[in-house]
Amino acid sequence: MNRTKHLWKRLNTTLGRSGMLSAAFLAVVLLAAILAPLVAPADPNQSSLLDAYAGPSGAHLLGADGIGRDLLSRLIFGARTSLLGPALVVGVSLLLGIPLALLASWYGGWVDGVIARVFDLVYALPGLLLAVLTVALFGPGLTPAVVALSIAYIPFLARIVRAAARQQRVSPYVDALAVQGFGVLRITVRHILRNIVPVVVGQAAIAFGYALLDLASLSYLGLAVQAPTADWGVMVSDSDALLKGYWFQVLAPGLLIVLTVLALTVLGARISGEKPPGYLRRKRPAQTAAPADASGNDRTTVGAAA
Amino acid sequence: MTAPLLELSGLTVDVATEDGGSRTLLDGVDLSLAPGEALGLVGESGSGKSMTMRAVTRLLPRAASASGSIRFEGADVLGMNAGELRRYRDGGVGLVFQDPRAHINPTRRIGAFLTEALVRNRGVGRREALARAAAVLAEVGIDDPQRRLGQYPHEVSGGMLQRVMIASVLLAEPRLILADEPTTALDVTIQREVVAILDRLRRERGMGMVFITHDLDLALAVCGRVAVMYAGRIVELRSADTLHERAAHPYTLGLLGSRPSIDARAERLSAIPGRPVSAFESGPGCAFAPRCSFATAGCESEPPAPTEFDGGLVRCARVEEIHAARMEAKA
Repeated sequence: MNRTKHLWKRLNTTLGRSGMLSAAFLAVVLLAAILAPLVAPADPNQSSLLDAYAGPSGAHLLGADGIGRDLLSRLIFGARTSLLGPALVVGVSLLLGIPLALLASWYGGWVDGVIARVFDLVYALPGLLLAVLTVALFGPGLTPAVVALSIAYIPFLARIVRAAARQQRVSPYVDALAVQGFGVLRITVRHILRNIVPVVVGQAAIAFGYALLDLASLSYLGLAVQAPTADWGVMVSDSDALLKGYWFQVLAPGLLIVLTVLALTVLGARISGEKPPGYLRRKRPAQTAAPADASGNDRTTVGAAA
Repeated sequence: MTAPLLELSGLTVDVATEDGGSRTLLDGVDLSLAPGEALGLVGESGSGKSMTMRAVTRLLPRAASASGSIRFEGADVLGMNAGELRRYRDGGVGLVFQDPRAHINPTRRIGAFLTEALVRNRGVGRREALARAAAVLAEVGIDDPQRRLGQYPHEVSGGMLQRVMIASVLLAEPRLILADEPTTALDVTIQREVVAILDRLRRERGMGMVFITHDLDLALAVCGRVAVMYAGRIVELRSADTLHERAAHPYTLGLLGSRPSIDARAERLSAIPGRPVSAFESGPGCAFAPRCSFATAGCESEPPAPTEFDGGLVRCARVEEIHAARMEAKA
């Protein structure tokens, strides 16, 4: 009990209010996506033309779309495809990028030079452009888009990993490990990589948000996820509804995309140890703070009282 | 005489500079250590003590290159491939670093730090390794070793962490310990304890040791022989019990003269004039000549060869004249 409490407190101080809020929101979205068949009130693909553009009611909590599919259910199932794509992109990018980054940081010299320049080269290519090109070659679909974005996202993740690993590489403890007779693999993976996990996770969260946005854009253009499948990007492209004035049909998935990306970016920044901007920081309660709480910042409290 | 444990001959380390040139950091170091012997390596900052140790463990910076020969139990260290090097580092040499806090991965528990090498390199079971680690922690004078195994490096004091570092070296049971200023980061009382522990356990286990320090008296206390380094060269090598009386090199004499004395009060401590130089800064002759009160024009141009003198090895061209003059002054 005490342990859980302690853990909770630490999480709270690491993430801060904005980070905790983001994490909570993401947890809800993720749970909804995983448990979609259980929590969705209806089949997302079940149409009934009688309910076309039905307003919110007991039968359809958020209303229904142009062919009478339940909007809430489509949003919930849409979370699945919308999160799966970026998860694959980030996963593949990390899988390819981390070994390259560790290799570069360990050996340095020309190995580092070549790998770093290749990263820079790929970094200069816009991911969306690469995805559009791939789709032009292999036809639309989630797979070609994910493959293209995975490659495009390697430098975004690996450059940060390389920089952090380089910093560890020159730490004295790495020399000490080498003298104990450990090999390269052991030192880089079990020690260096382990020590930079926060940086990797933070950057991965931010990349996840960007990849979600990119894939939604591609789906919106009809290049990734295809129409009848429930997906936030596809749903935003429902221009028919917009033209007929049913703006909520488009706004709801759009809002979910924006909020998810925002939450991921905030959370990612907080995990990798970035301070939140001043306007997001909690104001200190004036004089009511308990003494134990104020101990860290005595001087400001005294100054404010004077 | 038994085969030496460690033998350096003509060890020279050059480091490449940004502008494409190179600078010499170590210049022809010859040293031989018998199994179980303790040798002190004494000198000022930049004299090449740590560079020698780094060369012996092949931890030289990327830009540096070593030539000459380093032999460990007859094996050529500079020529080892990756696998041989790992075996040599695993059971051959153990290194006690100057600053334990920087040399232990801060995010892992002390237990993990102490057992990793045993488990990974020796195939010892985790439970057995932890038991051995606890036993050695007790040996280096740490109370409640079980609790310490579960703590992180930042939770213990510097003195205790240095003991943990020594424990890690003892666990690997190397035949040679390299101690690179193991007590410089500690305060004086802790220093004494740590040195005593290192000295006792080394003797019990019959390990050889190279003890690197800039504290001449400390080296004399724990080592059988002491090598004094200056500007990348060994300038004097002699047994610890006779160094006080028989020191012959002007630099060693200067070091001995600049120590504070317990019974005599002095307005100022005597000091060696000038500042220490690195090997690459020195001219063609004796590197100490610009600071030496005995130097002649010949010292500046001709590098002195190491010569046998009064039971030790001295690298000074005028050693006999200086000795004679000192004897005369004493008489």
